[in-house]
Amino acid sequence: MTIPLDSAAKLLGLLASGELTARQATQASLDRIAATDPEVGAFTFVNTEAALAAADSIDQRRRDGQPLGALAGVPIAVKDVLCTTDMPTTCSSRMLENHMSPYDATVVARLRAADAVIVGKTNMDEFAMGASTETSAFGKTTNPWNPSLTPGGSSGGAAACVAAGDVPLSLGSDTGGSIRQPAAFCGITGLKPTYGRVSRYGLIAFASSLDQVGPMAFDAVDCATLLNAIAGSDASDSTSLPVETPDFTAGLDRIEGELRIGIVKHHLEAEGLDPEVRQAVDDAIEVFRDAGAKIVEVELPHSDYWVPTYYVIAPSEASSNLSRYDGAHYGHRSPVAASDAGDRGPLVATYCRSRGEAFGAEVKRRIMIGMYALSAGYGDKYYMKALQVRRLISQDFDAAFQNVDLLLGPVTPTPPFAMGEKIDDPLQMYLCDLFTVGANLAGIPALSMPGGLTSNNLPIGIQLQAPPLQEAKLLQAAAAFQRATDWHTKRPL
Amino acid sequence: MLSVDQPYEIVIGLEVHVQLRTTTKLFCRCATQFGAPPNTNVCPVCLGMPGALPVINEHAVQLALQTGLALGSTIPPMTKWDRKQYFYPDLPKGYQISQFDLPICDGGHLAIADPADESQTRTIRLIRAHLEEDAGKSMHDEANGRADSRIDLNRCGTPLLEIVSQPDMRSAAEAKAFLTELKLLLTYLDVSDCEMQEGSLRVDANVNLKIEKAGDTIATPIVEIKNMNSFRAVERAIAHEAQRQYHEWEETGLTIKDRTKRTFGWDDAAERTVPQREKEEAADYRYLPDPDLLPICLSTETVEATRAALAEFPAVARQRLQADYEIKAYDADVIVNQGRGVVEYFEAVAKGSGDARRASSWIQQDVLRTMKEQGVGIGDFAVSADTLAELLGQVSAGKLDNARARDVFQHLLEKGGSVAEAIKALGIESVDAGEIESLCQELLDANPQVVEDVRGGKMQAIGSLIGQAKKKNPNVNPKQFREICLQLIQSAG
Ligand SMILES: [Zn+2]
Repeated sequence: MTIPLDSAAKLLGLLASGELTARQATQASLDRIAATDPEVGAFTFVNTEAALAAADSIDQRRRDGQPLGALAGVPIAVKDVLCTTDMPTTCSSRMLENHMSPYDATVVARLRAADAVIVGKTNMDEFAMGASTETSAFGKTTNPWNPSLTPGGSSGGAAACVAAGDVPLSLGSDTGGSIRQPAAFCGITGLKPTYGRVSRYGLIAFASSLDQVGPMAFDAVDCATLLNAIAGSDASDSTSLPVETPDFTAGLDRIEGELRIGIVKHHLEAEGLDPEVRQAVDDAIEVFRDAGAKIVEVELPHSDYWVPTYYVIAPSEASSNLSRYDGAHYGHRSPVAASDAGDRGPLVATYCRSRGEAFGAEVKRRIMIGMYALSAGYGDKYYMKALQVRRLISQDFDAAFQNVDLLLGPVTPTPPFAMGEKIDDPLQMYLCDLFTVGANLAGIPALSMPGGLTSNNLPIGIQLQAPPLQEAKLLQAAAAFQRATDWHTKRPL
Repeated sequence: MLSVDQPYEIVIGLEVHVQLRTTTKLFCRCATQFGAPPNTNVCPVCLGMPGALPVINEHAVQLALQTGLALGSTIPPMTKWDRKQYFYPDLPKGYQISQFDLPICDGGHLAIADPADESQTRTIRLIRAHLEEDAGKSMHDEANGRADSRIDLNRCGTPLLEIVSQPDMRSAAEAKAFLTELKLLLTYLDVSDCEMQEGSLRVDANVNLKIEKAGDTIATPIVEIKNMNSFRAVERAIAHEAQRQYHEWEETGLTIKDRTKRTFGWDDAAERTVPQREKEEAADYRYLPDPDLLPICLSTETVEATRAALAEFPAVARQRLQADYEIKAYDADVIVNQGRGVVEYFEAVAKGSGDARRASSWIQQDVLRTMKEQGVGIGDFAVSADTLAELLGQVSAGKLDNARARDVFQHLLEKGGSVAEAIKALGIESVDAGEIESLCQELLDANPQVVEDVRGGKMQAIGSLIGQAKKKNPNVNPKQFREICLQLIQSAG
């Protein structure tokens, strides 16, 4: 029989009915990875033996009639920004090459508790900084739809492995669009939850006030199943929200009440918005209109400030978060620092050389921007000002959501771009986040779902955004869209 | 304070780092216990491991709040956490979590006895008190020509309250008086054990001089003397630094306008202050509000409930002991300055014996002297308050004289047991009047010179017989013996 590695829902059905064992599913996933990954390069580590052992334990417990978790036997991949005790956690950086975390991230612990089978860690832009997975220190990930294209980033590996059919589910992280943009580029569904909905404990920080872990999957239903497993407050993360976690899979077969969908005209007329992407958005609007939704134009007056605000706040926090990589306690320590300290002395030489050798260009660039923005005399001018603008951006969303339930628009200005196309032009790369960073600045949930294909047969993503904690609404709308369309079923040839 | 040998006024501001008495650290659940083997009281959070997040210890906030209220600080409704960034091997995250612009305690003051005139009080104003985490410790082993540095991170994350005074102190003696009173207050509140040799109380002093010259006041550049952990060191460092600054000014003429603050250390062996690192530019800590921690909002109810539950302050205890027990201000001061344990001991003895003045004098002389000799605190003192109360009660009732009572006390110290057992063991029994009378007669007969002296008005001559009487019968009450002798001489007259 064919083992359906695209849909977790189908797989869970076969596992529950006994038509398939967890070992068979896991082995199928490992085999698929072995077949695809030489070209795709989605994985930084594949945990073959541990995955099979976990699968066997699940099968044994199922045979013994013991209770099993909601993801029992489903293979899943985890972005290498999440700490795991049984696999290295590298953030795709030389700095943490071979780093073994002494603890599991809360989301990883929850996956284990749900009896998911973690098959490996996925490639990413170094420390989650980038929009193409080209800044990884351990090689590029290619887009399964076309190996000359990037899969997007920074969760490029997490998106590519789902698109390649290696696993039905993966976990990514999203600081400025890092789940949604690669989901759009790879033709899968990805959700950035409300800030604080999912614990950040064990998520290696890029920009703490923006980072959020989220599900990446075949469709909205699978995203909901995965979100159920990882959401919920956590005593180890002070910023996790003390709210009840609803069952996100409940009620996905219908939309409750009238759905009012907001369109930001300013975004649809943005310079640089690819016509085919624009067309896909227009088509999606029609799909919702046909389903009875009311379409309303709304304003987000400060959206021109999203990218500049983001590129002050994110690097500022990053420069602080990355201070701990100093060569003293763990991670890379320069072997030449001690012998060749020069007149800086061995301590400063250790810091400078260790950081100089192990961080890549993009990480260094952002550390420099962040240090500058926080430095004496500039902190008020840049960082504090950015925090003020951030508040205005948040208020824009509050005002818009007075009149609509969801916002609909593009995820990215363009379809997937070529390897190397933007890597030497950081400003072009930063504009990939044009439509996505607003949700991170405001802390609201946002989802990317497949909404069309270009004339070159490349995926186009549609973004839905909702008020805080309205993930259920997002997933309901996405599920309704996916019942009306078949874009999410399209797979690379 | 100007005089010929000191033609300047010293200006002193203190920064006191107090380790709060919590069982666990400020942002994790590791033990704060002193003296554990290196790097055993550590976890991913206090080690700054990638992905770990801080969670506030509410008890530390409560202790800081108590301290602030006792110091008359204003408690702002909101206090937040900031990262203070600098690279140091003791600081695993590359930043210290501290409080920058919104400390938990704002302002305040502490009244101290004026060392120049103990009957006067001086009020030292406070700028603020803020919470912060401690750093680790580096140990440098340069034996055998190797620069071998080891880092112990046990202390990382230990909660500190940094209390910052205004530059209100004008002499080393005032600085010492401030620290003594502050330490006493902190121990009364039980917010810190203030063990200076364990680093629970550490002091930085900011010192400069005001020199009167030709009707002008000249201020010398400020020097911060770092990290002193004994009051003696503080006193001597300030005295030395004042002399050094005066000589430096005589040589260079540099004033506060010509030179930024410098950092010095105190070399106890050499008895001098030594420059630590000449800062070429102002320190740039690149403060950042910590995005991993939420601000703390202290409600009026919490603040007022804490205020109502505060322990008695030393200043209040001094007044109360004078009023309740009719003891002198000096005596109340001595008792209160010994700490809350001694006050409680005194009160129990005073109430139990019904003789507060005798209790005060015995405690000041016998108890405190013995504690000092034995190097024990009141909690470990061998004679309980109840036992001493019983003993002093018997003295007050005339059943024991002071000398015999001291024998009993000594016996209790050495052997323990009850007062009755001690009296029995020492063979103390009351001697009947007839027996004393015959002893008096015997001694008077043997010492006609004494009888003659008494008749000549030299009553104190009897004193020479008391010693002899005691030798013949140790239980003789000297007062009774003296009275009977006088009666016998008079009646024989
Ligand atoms: Zn700890």
